[in-house]
Amino acid sequence: MNKQVIIDKTLAGKKDNIVVSIGASSCGIAAGAEAVFKAFAEEIKKNSLRVELKKCGCLGMCSAEPLVEVKMPGKASVVYGRVNKEIASKIVTDHLLKGTILKDYVFEANKGKQLKIVLRNCGVIDPENIDEYIAREGYDALKKVLSTTPETAIEELKKSGLRGRGGAGFPTWMKWSLTRASKGELKYIICNGDEGDPGAYMDRSVLEGDPHSVLEGLIIGGYCAGAKQGYFYIRAEYPLAIARIQKAIDQALASGFLGKNILGSDFSFEVEIRLGAGAFVCGEETSLIASIEGESGRPRQRPPYPSERGLWGKPTMINNVETLANIPVVFLRGGSWFSEIGTEKSKGTKVFAVTGKVKDSGLVEVPMGTTLREIVFDICGGIAGKKKIKAVQTGGPSGGVIPEKHLDTPVDYDNLQKLGSIMGSGGMIVMDETDCMVDISKFYLGFCVDESCGKCAPCKIGGYQMLKILERISEGKGALTDLDLLKSLCQTMQKTSFCGLGQTASNPVLSTLRYFEDEYKEHIEEKKCRSHKCSGLLNYRIVEEKCKLCGLCQKNCPTEAIEGSRDKGYKIIKSKCVKCGKCYDVCRFDAVQKG
Amino acid sequence: MKKEIGNVEIIIEKWKGIKGSLIMALHELQHLYGYVPQKGAQQISTAFKIPLSQIFEVITFYNLFKLKEPGKHTIAVCLGTACYLKGAPDILNELKVLLKVEEGGTTKDGQFNLDVVRCLGCCGLAPVMTIDGEIYGKVKKNEIKDILAKYKKKEQK
Ligand SMILES: Cc1cc2nc3c(=O)[nH]c(=O)nc-3n(C[C@H](O)[C@H](O)[C@H](O)COP(=O)(O)O)c2cc1C
Ligand code: FES
Repeated sequence: MNKQVIIDKTLAGKKDNIVVSIGASSCGIAAGAEAVFKAFAEEIKKNSLRVELKKCGCLGMCSAEPLVEVKMPGKASVVYGRVNKEIASKIVTDHLLKGTILKDYVFEANKGKQLKIVLRNCGVIDPENIDEYIAREGYDALKKVLSTTPETAIEELKKSGLRGRGGAGFPTWMKWSLTRASKGELKYIICNGDEGDPGAYMDRSVLEGDPHSVLEGLIIGGYCAGAKQGYFYIRAEYPLAIARIQKAIDQALASGFLGKNILGSDFSFEVEIRLGAGAFVCGEETSLIASIEGESGRPRQRPPYPSERGLWGKPTMINNVETLANIPVVFLRGGSWFSEIGTEKSKGTKVFAVTGKVKDSGLVEVPMGTTLREIVFDICGGIAGKKKIKAVQTGGPSGGVIPEKHLDTPVDYDNLQKLGSIMGSGGMIVMDETDCMVDISKFYLGFCVDESCGKCAPCKIGGYQMLKILERISEGKGALTDLDLLKSLCQTMQKTSFCGLGQTASNPVLSTLRYFEDEYKEHIEEKKCRSHKCSGLLNYRIVEEKCKLCGLCQKNCPTEAIEGSRDKGYKIIKSKCVKCGKCYDVCRFDAVQKG
Repeated sequence: MKKEIGNVEIIIEKWKGIKGSLIMALHELQHLYGYVPQKGAQQISTAFKIPLSQIFEVITFYNLFKLKEPGKHTIAVCLGTACYLKGAPDILNELKVLLKVEEGGTTKDGQFNLDVVRCLGCCGLAPVMTIDGEIYGKVKKNEIKDILAKYKKKEQK
């Protein structure tokens, strides 16, 4: 098949330009992209060069930010990683002026196995410039859809096999069709940009790097569902994404892609932004609706589903950011083109934010069916340092861990579910042998307990009780019967919680129990944490050679377990030590060690 | 304070009458003061015809809203999964030791606020923290003192 995702109409006219693009999404800026941009601007001016210098979205290799891409006329582009001011000036004098590539700073990511549909424009265009989006077939899909009926468009979408990328994988065409079929003049469409999974940032990158593609998807969705009003619900923690979406809305309004009688048709559509305020449960669709209505984000009874009774009681369609970013391509290339990518039941690509103990942490977009091993090892360079991989976690607090032995599983909705995890929104956290599975499960459950809205008892009380048990185990005070208790609590929560948060909160616990029960048992029976994570099971000691005799540890010990003085040196008395870790925290010289 | 009251009115003018806009108005109020002051909430309550108790319920439901005036500089340490695995708890502890505050607390001199957040979306740079919105990535325990010093210096100038 023809794998070209997007046709770039700018390329022809601009072939003779030198183009320097600097990745300026949140992570790029955090790593110093602004200073690098300035350095380039100055150097280019100093050398009176004619260069198109621009800021673009995330290039995807987040651990090597700031990233700079250099395109010389007639040559393949080169990406530099970890660029600073000095390297920037070198790039100008050597690469731009003389054409010599600075090999030491080139960042080569294995891009081969990736296929960029959602990220087609991220890192390529200036997200704040609508013309660059338009030049890459932007809003062409909207034109196409507006020239047909919503029914025909939904038929096309059905052919693509696109499923929701927000977690559950519900067929997108069905959602659109159900909302369309619901009675009522007034309908709404919402883009779910809450991205609550801690440790995932795919949606942020798309919102920041290619806001128009999400907006175009939303407008098309509005047309197909029969909605006149759309909302972006974005978490307040993403200020840059919010600013860029607002800018995109303003530009689209000015260009006639939004507002009254879009592109001369009789379809009118308006979009507004609403912000989250730091509540994970607001990613759940009925809570999200409550939040847009200005209330606390507590879930509501389903059915009736939002497609029937949603925002202010009207039929409402909720789609995830990544789902919407796929929409323009589905209509540009056609449903059957799209359906050729991926596996039998999971079509298209999936974007993953691969983080944790991986070497080249970053954003990856692969066809469905790519194995976890390919993602972690071939694309992201494997584990950082000399450690061994232990597991990969997908689906965030609602997902589970997948142990090393299952890494060759092709990733799709159904396979991940069979392994006890879920696709989720695309967080992928790589863990190595220093990560303790009891600790991980405590971490995720703790998150859900914090974020539980308190509406139903199984989630509010069950979660809390499970957390207490896990804490007990991690302190070496657990009993073997606790494991059965945990399992039965997990099942109760799954079956009886009111919303998805509680129903899935036990997944991390269940999946770690399924694959790493021996580690739990070790904590209970041998009072041992093989990863040296659970502080209650550690022994602390002071290493004489490193100790500078400052006495800080002794001063901070709550139980007077540290003996000694400035001239004699210090020692921890095991019997008095409560393993709080204070001495370890306060030591400036790494002289307190765990073991 | 007096001058700023005008601004609360602008916020109210902007959002009054728009369905479900309470949270947006609260965001802007907090942006103005750094927290949601009772007086401002009272004004919104009157203008939007929403009981103050209900506004209070909303403020306390969402993690981001603050009811107390925060310190001059707000430090937010990410405890999202990626940061957690890459040693964010150590960073948090170090800050607690250096600043002598607990999570959510303000230093005695009112200079720093220490908050915990869940994922800033920069997981590739884990562990991450922000000070007044400026992001610091790949933070090392032994760098924190210097980072804090930058903000203390700004004060003296
Ligand atoms: C606790 C919980 C959190 C969720 N968080 C998100 C989220 O952050 N982003 C998202 O798009 N969907 C999230 N969802 C899924 C949404 O409820 C909804 O299914 C999704 O936005 C639908 O979009 P899609 O069909 O395009 O996937 C969450 C669900 C639950 C139960
Ligand atoms: S987990 Fe810390 S920035 Fe995402």
